[in-house]
Amino acid sequence: MTTYNDSVLTVLIFAPLVATVVALFIRNENGLRWWTLLFTSAAAVYSLPLFSHFDTAKVGFQFEQSAAWIPAFKINYAVGVDGISLLLVLLTTLIMPLCVLASWHYIQKRVREFMICLLIMETAMVGVFCALDLILFFMFWEAMLIPMALLIGIWGGPRKIYAALKFFVYTMAGSVFLLVAIIALYLKVHSFSIPDMMGQSFSPEFQNWIFLAFFVSFAIKVPMFPFHTWLPAAHVEAPTAGSVLLASVLLKMGTYGFLRFSLPMTPVATHVFTPYILALSVVAIIYGGLTALAQTDLKKLVAYSSVAHMGFATLGIFALNQLGLEGAVLVMINHGVTTGALFIVVGIIYERLHTRDLGAAAGIGKMMPVFAAFAGVFALSSLAFPGTNSFIGEFLVMSGGFSVSKAMMVCVVPGVVLAAAYMLRMLQKVAYGGTHNPDHSALKDLGLREVVTLTPLLFFVFWIGLHPEPFTRVMDASVKHLMAQTQVPASTYATGSNMGKPGFTINP
Amino acid sequence: MTFLPELVMLQGALALFVITLGEGRAKAARVAALVTSVAAIAAGMICLGQEGTLFYGAYRVDLFSQVLKLVFAGGFALVLLLSGKLSDIRDEIKPEYYLLLTISVSGLMMLVSSVDLITLVVALEVSAFPLYLMVPMRREREGQRNQMESAIKYVMFGVAANGIMFFGMSYLFGLTGSTALAELMPRLQPVIHSPLAIIGLAMALCGFYYKLAVFPFHFWTPDVYQGASNETAGLVASLPKLGGIAVLVRLVSLAAPDNHTVALLLAVLAGSSMFYGNLIALFQKDFKRLLGFSGIAHAGYAMIGLVALDQLGYSAALYYMVGYLLMVLACFVVICKVSRDGTNVGLEELAGLHRRSPLLALTLAVGVFALAGLPPFVGFMGKLTLLTAAWDTGHTTLVIITVINAAIAIYYYLGVVRESWFRDAGDLPPIHLDWPTRALCVTLMAGILALGVAPARVLDTISTSVARANLAPPASLPASINGGDQNLSHAYVSPH
Repeated sequence: MTTYNDSVLTVLIFAPLVATVVALFIRNENGLRWWTLLFTSAAAVYSLPLFSHFDTAKVGFQFEQSAAWIPAFKINYAVGVDGISLLLVLLTTLIMPLCVLASWHYIQKRVREFMICLLIMETAMVGVFCALDLILFFMFWEAMLIPMALLIGIWGGPRKIYAALKFFVYTMAGSVFLLVAIIALYLKVHSFSIPDMMGQSFSPEFQNWIFLAFFVSFAIKVPMFPFHTWLPAAHVEAPTAGSVLLASVLLKMGTYGFLRFSLPMTPVATHVFTPYILALSVVAIIYGGLTALAQTDLKKLVAYSSVAHMGFATLGIFALNQLGLEGAVLVMINHGVTTGALFIVVGIIYERLHTRDLGAAAGIGKMMPVFAAFAGVFALSSLAFPGTNSFIGEFLVMSGGFSVSKAMMVCVVPGVVLAAAYMLRMLQKVAYGGTHNPDHSALKDLGLREVVTLTPLLFFVFWIGLHPEPFTRVMDASVKHLMAQTQVPASTYATGSNMGKPGFTINP
Repeated sequence: MTFLPELVMLQGALALFVITLGEGRAKAARVAALVTSVAAIAAGMICLGQEGTLFYGAYRVDLFSQVLKLVFAGGFALVLLLSGKLSDIRDEIKPEYYLLLTISVSGLMMLVSSVDLITLVVALEVSAFPLYLMVPMRREREGQRNQMESAIKYVMFGVAANGIMFFGMSYLFGLTGSTALAELMPRLQPVIHSPLAIIGLAMALCGFYYKLAVFPFHFWTPDVYQGASNETAGLVASLPKLGGIAVLVRLVSLAAPDNHTVALLLAVLAGSSMFYGNLIALFQKDFKRLLGFSGIAHAGYAMIGLVALDQLGYSAALYYMVGYLLMVLACFVVICKVSRDGTNVGLEELAGLHRRSPLLALTLAVGVFALAGLPPFVGFMGKLTLLTAAWDTGHTTLVIITVINAAIAIYYYLGVVRESWFRDAGDLPPIHLDWPTRALCVTLMAGILALGVAPARVLDTISTSVARANLAPPASLPASINGGDQNLSHAYVSPH
C-alpha cells in the first residue's frame, strides 16, 4: 500500500493515459468533452495537496519514487519534485481543465482525437517536470512533440501545416543536441540520474560543450531571441487550447531546463556564457515589445509579448542571484497564468467574430462589458501593473538584474514601457475603440462556461499579485540550494572564458 | 531437436513444393505457409536455450542463432500477413511465390547458425536466390517491365558483391589456412594489422554490405523497392537486412578489439550511407523509393554498432535491426493497403489517410516517427544504444555525423506524416481492413512501442547471446568454441 506522498506523481503522470483508453470507447462527442473535463479537473484537485504536503524547509526532491527500468544502461524510472518544479506541475494540472473548457465549442471536428491529444500532452508535460532521470525526461520532452504538432496541424488555422512542421522541425533539431549532451554526461558519470549529474565539477571545456548543447535545445523551446521564429507561426495557427498549452507550459520547459540542467550541472560554463545570454534576453525584451507593438493580429501580438516575457525569465535566471531566480520562476508561473488567459480571451473574440484582426475587434467592449473587464485585468497583468501577478515577478527580476549591471537594466526599462504601450493599445481598441460597427450589435457577452474558464486565472492574477508569499516560500529552499550549486570560485571561470583558443576542446 | 526451426521450415518448403505441382492451389499454399510460420515460431521457442553443432562444427546452434531464428520466424509470419492475398502476383504462380519465400527465410535461419565461411556462403545464397526470382514475379502492366529491370539489377549487383566477397574470403583462407571462423580468429590475430588481412576482411564483408544495402553496395535498393511488388519489397526491406547484420557481427569480430583501420573503414561506410540515404530521400516522391533510401541510411545507423567493435556495439546493432524490422514493416503494411490494385504508392496518394483508415494512418505515424528516432519508440532506444556504444569507444565524429543525419531525416519523415495526417483528399473511399491486417497493425505498433519503452529484457537477451556467441574477446575463444571434444580441425585444410 503506497501513500499519497509516494505515488502521487506517478498517478498524475500516467492517469491521463488511462483516461485516453476510456476516451476511445465514448461514442458521444459531448460525453467526450465532459469526460475529459471531469478527468482533468479531478487530476487538478488530486494534485493540489502536493502544495500543502510539500515540506518547504527541505532541500532536494520530494514525493520521490523510483524503480529500475533498463538495468543494462542504468536507466531508472525516477520522479520527484522540488520547489521549482512543484509550481510548474501545479500550473500544468490547473491549466488543463481550462483548455478543455476553452475548446468546448471551438473544436467541432474529430473531438475524440483532440481530447486524446490533450490528455497525452498532460502526461508528457507533467512527466517532464517530474522526471529525475535524463532518459525519462527526454522521452517526455519528445513525446510532447507529436500531439502538439497534431493539435496545430489538424485543428489549426489556414497555414496550419506550415506552422506544425516548423514547430516540429525546430524543436526536434534542438532536442537532437539535448540527446547528445545526455549521452556525453552518461559516459562521464555512468548514470542517467539527474541528481547525480549535479555538483560533479566536470572540466571547464567539457562543461562548455555540454552547456552549449543544452543551450541550443532550451533556447529553441523558450524561445530566446534568434530562435523564436517558430513561435508566432505556431501560436497564430494553433487552436485556442494549443496556444494556451504552448504559452503556459511548453515555453516553461526551456527555462525549466536552464534551471534544472544548465545551472547545477555546468556551473562554470554558466558563468562563462552568462553575459551573452543576458544580452540575448535584453534583446528579446526589446525586440518582442517592438514587434508586438506593430501587430494587428491579436494572437501575434500576444505571441510576441511572450517572447518579451520569456526574456524576463531568462534574464532573471542568468542574473544568478536569489532575487533574479525567484523572480524568474514567478515570471514563468505568471506568464503561464496571464498569457494563457490572454490567448483564451483572443479565442473568445475569434469564436464570435471569426477574425483576430485588431481593427475588426475594435469596440466590442461596448457590447460585452463582462468580457472587457476580464480582458482589461489580464492586459494590465501582462504589462506588470502593480497589484497583479506579473508586477511581483518582473520587479524581482529587475531587482536581481540591477545588482548585476545597471547599464543592462537601463536597456530593459524601455521594454517595460513598450509592454504598457502594446497592451494598452490593444485594450483601448478592444474596449473603447470604433464606435458603431453594425457587425457587433448581435454580440453576446460571456457565457457561464467562459466565465468559469477565466475566473480561476483571474483569481491567481490577484493572489500572486497581492500575496506572493506562499509561492516564494515554496521555492525558497530550492532556489537557495540552486544558488549554492551554481556558486564557483571566480578563478575557475575567469580562465575558462577562452572560447576559440585551442584549449577549448572536448575530452570525453 | 536442436535444429527444429530449420527442419520445420524445410518441411514447410517441401510441402509447398508438392502444392506447387498442382493447379489453382494459391489458397492452399497460403495456408501451408502460414502453418509453417506458426510452427516455426513454436519450434523457435522450444529450441531457444539449446546448443549444438553440426557438420564438424561448421554449423552451430547457440543462443545467438536461436534468438535470431525466433525473430526470423516471427518476421516470416508478419511478412505473410502483410502479403495478404498477393494481389500483384499472378494466380498460377502464387504457390511458387510462397515456396520461394519459405526457402529464403530458411536460408536466413541457416545463415545465422553458420560459423564457417563455406556454410556461410551456402546459406547466403539459399536466402538470396529465391529473392532474385521473387522480384520479377510481379504482374506486368501496360507493357512495362520495371520488375524485370529491377530483378536484373538485383542479380547483377548481388553477383558482383558476392564475387568481391569470395575474393576477400580467399585472402583470409590464404592467410590462415582455415575457413572455420573459430580457427580464423586466433590465426588472424597476429597478422590482423597486415594490409592483406585488412583487405581480405574488408572485401569479405562486401557480400553482406550488399544484403544490408550499405553505401556503395546500395545501388539496387531503390530500383528493387520500386520494381518489385509491394509485398516482395516489404520482404526485401526487412528480413535479409537482419541476416546481413548478424553475419557482419560475426565477421567483424575477427578484427576486434582494436583494429583502427577496419573501424575507420566501417565508420566511413556508415557515415556515407547515412548522408547518401538521407539526402537523396529528401527528394523522393514515391513512398517505396523513399523507404529504400531511408533504408540505406538506416543500414548506416546499424553499422555504427559495428564500428565500436565491442559487445555493447554488436548488441546495439542487432537490437536496432530487430526494431527496424518492425518499423519498416509497419510502413509496408500501409503501402500494401493504400495501393490500388498493387501499384506503387506516391506520397501524395497518402493524403487523407487519416479519414480513409485511422488505424492505417496511426500505424504509419508510429512507424515513421519510430524511424525518425522519436521516443518512446524503438527507433529512439536503438539510436541511443548505438550512439552510446560508438561514443564510449571514442568515435565522437561519427556520433556527430549521426546526429546531423537524424536531424536531416526528420524532414522527409515529417513529409509522410504531413500527407497522411494533415492533408485532406477529395472523396476517396474509406479503406476497409480485414481482421488479419488489423491484428498485424496492432502487433507492429505494440512491438515498436514495447521495444522502445521496455527494452530491458530484449537488450539483455541479445547481449547475453552476443557474449555467448564468443564474438567479443578473442582471447577466450578457442577453448570455449571447441566445446569439449568437438574437433574443428575437420574444417581446417592445411595449406601445406
